[in-house]
Amino acid sequence: MSIPSPTPIYLDNNATTRCAPEAVAAMLPYFTEQFGNPSSMHSFGAKVGHAVKSARASLQKLLGAEYDSEIIYTAGGTEADNTAILSALKANPERKEIITTTVEHHAVLHLCDQLEKEGYTIHRLKVDGKGRLNLDEYAALLSDKVAVVSVMWANNETGTYFPVKQMAEMAHAAGILFHTDAVQAVGKIPLDLANSAIDMLSMSGHKLHAPKGIGALYLRRGARFRPLLRGGGQERGRRAGTENVPSIIGLGVAAELALERMELENTYVRALRDKLQAGILSAVPHAFATGDVDNRLPNTLNIAFEYVEGEAILMLLNKQGIAASSGSACTSGSLEPSHVMRAMGIPYTAAHGTIRFSLSHENTETEIDRVIAAVPPIIAQLRKLSPYWGENGPVTDPEKAFAPTYA
Amino acid sequence: MWDYSDTVKEHFYNPRNAGPLPDANAIGEVGSISCGDALRLMLKVDPANETILDASFQTFGCGSAIASSSALTEIIKGKTLEQALEVSNQDIADFLGGLPPEKMHCSVMGREALQSAVANYRGEEWKDDHEEGALICKCFAVDAVMIEETIRANNLCSVEQVTNYTKAGGGCSSCHEGIEEILAKVLAERGEDFKPAPPPEKKVPGKLTTLERIRKIEQVIEKARPNLQRDHGDIELVDVDGKNIYVSMKGACAGCQMEAATLGGVQAQMVEALGELVKVIPVKATAKFAPNTLPA
Ligand SMILES: Cc1ncc(COP(=O)(O)O)c(C=O)c1O
Ligand code: FES
Repeated sequence: MSIPSPTPIYLDNNATTRCAPEAVAAMLPYFTEQFGNPSSMHSFGAKVGHAVKSARASLQKLLGAEYDSEIIYTAGGTEADNTAILSALKANPERKEIITTTVEHHAVLHLCDQLEKEGYTIHRLKVDGKGRLNLDEYAALLSDKVAVVSVMWANNETGTYFPVKQMAEMAHAAGILFHTDAVQAVGKIPLDLANSAIDMLSMSGHKLHAPKGIGALYLRRGARFRPLLRGGGQERGRRAGTENVPSIIGLGVAAELALERMELENTYVRALRDKLQAGILSAVPHAFATGDVDNRLPNTLNIAFEYVEGEAILMLLNKQGIAASSGSACTSGSLEPSHVMRAMGIPYTAAHGTIRFSLSHENTETEIDRVIAAVPPIIAQLRKLSPYWGENGPVTDPEKAFAPTYA
Repeated sequence: MWDYSDTVKEHFYNPRNAGPLPDANAIGEVGSISCGDALRLMLKVDPANETILDASFQTFGCGSAIASSSALTEIIKGKTLEQALEVSNQDIADFLGGLPPEKMHCSVMGREALQSAVANYRGEEWKDDHEEGALICKCFAVDAVMIEETIRANNLCSVEQVTNYTKAGGGCSSCHEGIEEILAKVLAERGEDFKPAPPPEKKVPGKLTTLERIRKIEQVIEKARPNLQRDHGDIELVDVDGKNIYVSMKGACAGCQMEAATLGGVQAQMVEALGELVKVIPVKATAKFAPNTLPA
């Protein structure tokens, strides 16, 4: 799509963020003068090796990890997720079960679907209408047949937190490895992994203003591990392949910035998000926020607009320069709306019309005011086109009033 | 974001003929809110000659669903019902300057709404057993249901056959895993195992088999001979070894200063005929065929 003329407003930071200019500036020398291979036995390599070490220390600090050697760089969140789960299976070949949830990111869910075809038993914990887990259901599944528990820290669509620290302790008590996909949480909320029972944690740089294609797997010292990629001895033999040095440097800077702005995220960004939610919901009838609104990421707002379709909303928003995303089927090219919305039991009348606004510290109050003004007429315009919407509200019984020959 | 054509965007931002049509006498409804798209098509038909005087729509759906509905009403206005029924979903897509493969179903929905409206006008029942599955092949916009039904109806058992019947898999081939999964499922129902075909012979377009290649080489040699014979010479194919084509020059041609030029011409024709770079190399026939005369 062409760049729309009004000043763009970017509210899709859970999809990806703008790389921080400070990170870009820090990276640039590592493409040119500092091009050495950190493994090399000469000064070109040694200098780069030191820079990587200090970047690793920055990330360690952001995660609150005890040792810097607990960080294994990967090509992003997906690789970290896959590495963690496959490692646990390899390390515990006699255990054939995995516990996860119905609302994980595809990086975990699609891997589990595949493992299921290969003969593993996958327990997918269900969520209630607000996206919350039932810990009794979880406790009942913990057994010595389970190789790994993989539960996300914060949901990418709704921002809802899972009680991962508590769940990790429960897994530990049962002698099971615990992995969390914290791709959306890292950089937005304080983490203190040294004082948790979490064995493995996935993070991704591009969600916190670092470049795309770099991420990390946190691996608690002593947790059993089998590499996904074998080859050279990089990352202490746990992830072979010459390091993506510029991106590692960029991630280091972004980690420092995220730590500095953590407070901002939970005051300024949260206030903007809350304003956006109140502004839209007070102006648009038949709309509601999804997920556990009292227990979610400070930057995330997911609103379901009934009787309209998400992609159409996005296109009209985009025309005004506003970027967001949708859980509608159409945006993904699949026939079903988002698995997260379905898992929460959001009715179809609303599930196709969910819009996620995800903010960052770069957003301003003026921008939020513009979005609050833009959304209501867009929804009204689309509802006017909809066969499910009458003069002033939904037709009394949508499925009856509209009687298609086939469905 | 989808790569929508400008026409799609234009029809989405400014839909034509949107909203209820109070004096409609033909109404077609397809889709449902659970599927994520639904379309009500309303027509005002002149009973005297069955001409569509006016058309309008109400659509719940994505950008291309709304654009397809808008396009449909523009296409059919002024047509007779008979003419309108000739409109295919491809016509709707073409009118819009094309649709992404994932979105072709929007144009299908438009066509079905039209059929349903015409049936409604004629007091007939319109039934469509069309069912949609997840999109498997993006190159040719083929969904899982279509593939599964085709496999079942024709007892197919290989990806290649599926490609021949449905086109699915005939492009970039990245959907082959998905097709194999469907094959395995249907074959399991028949109590058979899916056996993947051996990896296909790598066949660069136009690449010749060894036999075809040798024949081509012989043809080029044969074509060159009459000219040489006129000069009391001759050329014979001795051997082919990869890119090296060994020939022996005979009679007046052997060693004559024209030899190089002749060979150059033959080589050019070889390259042309074979579509690859080859070298035509003269050898002494005796040396080639009488190894014991070689220096020890
Ligand atoms: C929760 C979650 N996990 C994993 C990922 C994948 O991360 P990456 O894009 O770095 O592979 C994402 C990004 O969309 C995510 O939101
Ligand atoms: S997606 Fe099927 S051939 Fe390309």
